[in-house]
Amino acid sequence: MTAETGIGARVTRKEDVRFITGRGRYTDDINGHGQLHAVFARSPYAHARIRSLNLAAARQAPGVAAVLTGEDLAAGGVGALPCGWMIHSRDGSPMKQPAHPALAQGTVRYVGEPYAVVIAASREQAQAAAELIDGDFEELPANVDTGSAQSFQPIHADIPNNLCYDWTLGDEAATDAAFAGAAHVVELDIVNNRLIPNAIEPRAALGDYDPGTDVLTLFTTSQNPHLARLVLSAFVGLAPEHKLRVVSPDVGGGFGSKIFIYSEETVCGWASKKLRRPVKWTADRSEAFLNDAHGRDHVTRARLALDADGRFLGLKVSTIANLGAYMSTFSSSIPTYLYGTLLAGQYTTPAIFVEVKAVFTNTTPVDAYRGAGRPEATFLLERIVETAARDLGMDPAALRRKNMVPRDAFPYATPVALVYDTGDYQACLDKALAMADYDGFPARREAARARGRLRGIGLSCYIEACGLAPSRLAGQLGAGVGLYESAEIRVNPTGNVTVFTGTHSHGQGHETTFAQVVSDRFGIPLDQVEVVHGDTAQGQFGLGTYGSRSLAVGGSALMKASDKVIAKGTRIAAYLLETTPDDIDFEGGVFRARGTNKTKTFGEIAFAAYVPHNYPLEELEPGLQETAFYDPQNFTYPAGTYVCEVEVDPETGGTEIVKFTAVDDFGQVINPMIVEGQVHGGIAQGIGQALLEACRYDRESGQLLSGSLMDYAMPRADDLVNFDLDVVRTDCTHNPLGVKGCGEAGAIGSPPAVINAITDAIGVRTLDMPATPLKVWTAMQAGNAAATGS
Amino acid sequence: MTVKVTTTVNGGQVSGDVEPNTLLVHFIRETLGLTGTHVGCDTSQCGACTVHFDGVPIKSCTLLALQAEGHDVTTIEGIGEPGHLHPMQAAFQENHGLQCGFCTPGMIMAGIGIVERNKGGLTEETIRHELEGNICRCTGYHNIVKSIAAAARDM
Repeated sequence: MTAETGIGARVTRKEDVRFITGRGRYTDDINGHGQLHAVFARSPYAHARIRSLNLAAARQAPGVAAVLTGEDLAAGGVGALPCGWMIHSRDGSPMKQPAHPALAQGTVRYVGEPYAVVIAASREQAQAAAELIDGDFEELPANVDTGSAQSFQPIHADIPNNLCYDWTLGDEAATDAAFAGAAHVVELDIVNNRLIPNAIEPRAALGDYDPGTDVLTLFTTSQNPHLARLVLSAFVGLAPEHKLRVVSPDVGGGFGSKIFIYSEETVCGWASKKLRRPVKWTADRSEAFLNDAHGRDHVTRARLALDADGRFLGLKVSTIANLGAYMSTFSSSIPTYLYGTLLAGQYTTPAIFVEVKAVFTNTTPVDAYRGAGRPEATFLLERIVETAARDLGMDPAALRRKNMVPRDAFPYATPVALVYDTGDYQACLDKALAMADYDGFPARREAARARGRLRGIGLSCYIEACGLAPSRLAGQLGAGVGLYESAEIRVNPTGNVTVFTGTHSHGQGHETTFAQVVSDRFGIPLDQVEVVHGDTAQGQFGLGTYGSRSLAVGGSALMKASDKVIAKGTRIAAYLLETTPDDIDFEGGVFRARGTNKTKTFGEIAFAAYVPHNYPLEELEPGLQETAFYDPQNFTYPAGTYVCEVEVDPETGGTEIVKFTAVDDFGQVINPMIVEGQVHGGIAQGIGQALLEACRYDRESGQLLSGSLMDYAMPRADDLVNFDLDVVRTDCTHNPLGVKGCGEAGAIGSPPAVINAITDAIGVRTLDMPATPLKVWTAMQAGNAAATGS
Repeated sequence: MTVKVTTTVNGGQVSGDVEPNTLLVHFIRETLGLTGTHVGCDTSQCGACTVHFDGVPIKSCTLLALQAEGHDVTTIEGIGEPGHLHPMQAAFQENHGLQCGFCTPGMIMAGIGIVERNKGGLTEETIRHELEGNICRCTGYHNIVKSIAAAARDM
């Protein structure tokens, strides 16, 4: 069975049957008895003082059970929404964290910020009543711009210069010295465009309080239900942890946006307790645009120093990162420890210094979105490296190869705090160049020119750090939580297995991949393993799914738990086979007394453990169920080379991707089909960022201009091509499966490949994302001048 | 205020009382409890609510429930079930044409329409063009296109 369904097998997914037959169970599919519906009143202004709210008409509207405000929540003991990662500025001072009430009190600071909720018998009644709320707002000046935020009047009265923190990493003196001795210095201004996540399932929540048990059950679209329970209990004060059950059933995509603790689930939970009725909210897409945490939004100046031979000597980076109006759950960590630490990339640059100023603006909070910091670092690095090659007249592949960390240099400590455990960057580059027929490109460019088209090719050699993270290190760096993962394996009396994981699958296929691991280890058929996740009442505490951590951390916990099961099974087998545990071999689902034909199957051992009539009860407890927690020793470091080839229509500026090649190193791969799917999706999101997706606010009014799927260009099938994928394998050295995270690589590696290809095609130095036809055409007209704005 | 609507859904006649402004998708999900049809947007862009209306794929957020009176509606639940999958459903599983599953019912219902409209002449370009009304955030469409092409061979 191992060859067909075990580790490395291309197994179709167990979870698919329910999804393809319409039997998935998402939060909005769940209803409570006598349920009420919540509709939120949201700020129409980017910045305004709430002079008064007249709620009388709304409260008297048909079907309305309650109209609640931020003051009601505060009076009810609901705490503010916390940010879970403390960052210290270069002067040692802690970041400035403004209060973030679930419903605004006194002031609204971005368009769409909720300031009241109407709870009524039907959603339509709640909607109608919400429109009767008469708010008297005094509009205040608003700023949505990242670059100028520090000179704008404070958005939070007690936070000067709208500066949350001023953080640095690296040795500034050494970096300055490197620049002083450089033969070449390349400078580039880079904008990393703000994105809106747009998981296709909108966020939803259903609070269902049972006065009989005093248990509040919260069904919600969370990537991390245990973490949601911890935060809602310990910080927000919704209910004691043992009286709060959080269920994340099937969740329709997350991409980071469903990690965070938001206002709406907080309010639904609290209101259900207050009203003693189930209270449900499901976002419409407009609310998702306005209120789900956005991603990216950096403005950066970067300088790369090189010697006369093209060796990188130093990198100096100054970034302004937009946090939005408030600090979302993990927002502070994204432009710091998930960004600055990645600036070595695949290269041996000896001196690196980065400073990041995180600023508040009158925009939706910004937090992790697929890649979270690493795409920003990779875009910067791979754009400036490509630009350096062009400035120096070197082949971009050759310049990269010259500076890559050699394959015999691992473990490799970077000047920005990471230690890469393993990799073979040259092999990824070689394979990608061969697959992309890099050498044949000049002929293709000529052929395109003959057709009146401009053809370009772009590389991106990315590395990322995922599989968060050693808890002790994370704690030292400011994390408010540990970052281990848990697993529990219950071998049932009949020999099949139920696995509980603290991770959460919202598209990643854990029910299959994790089952493959357990099936492979125990030598039992895949259909004998059931993976359960997403319910705090079933599985033990775990940290959830984000940062491409589930297999690297959660899978490692699963390996530990399975080791314990096998160890106990071995002792039981030794007793039954009248030998010692040291003389028992376990392989292919069979315990064998070494050198004999005496065996017990995995199922027989399970049965013996639960019906312990012939069993060493003096030495062993009955039952066969083990738990494990695994704390990673390091990040995992997926890396690879992406090659994008484009053709630009010089008449329109329209870009067509004609070929996209991706070679990734994810270490050991459990299910290649699922891994390829993750890469496909990541690349599509990266191409979306590079070509299509632009979150736009009106600079004067602060209104979100790209607030619907008609205004925000999501990648569609005819925007994309089939992707050519392959892998290089260097196994992670510090986790038991040798695996590296694969969930975000595509979104991290692809944007610079696309922009490098377009700038190559049209012969310009800089081009901001998204490279819309207008922007490309404008850049072409301006020659080598920078193309900025839309 | 409510009015009664009677229609055929998945081969059986159903009736329900709805508000005159109730959309077909809400009638399907909330009145009939067929939650395989999803709502992913509010501007008829995403296609997660695609069903067959008299055999033709439509976005069920673009019709009122009342407009289904006397018509024939098929949802994802009506084309196949575990153990007896429609070739399009089977192709999505076989080719990893889905990840989170939320857009999937709409993709499958749209995919069937694409195959039926292009009998004998289905190209990758046609699939990609005719899928433009359905948005997926997970798969990058690579395996959705592959799934529909594979199903076309079996349908």
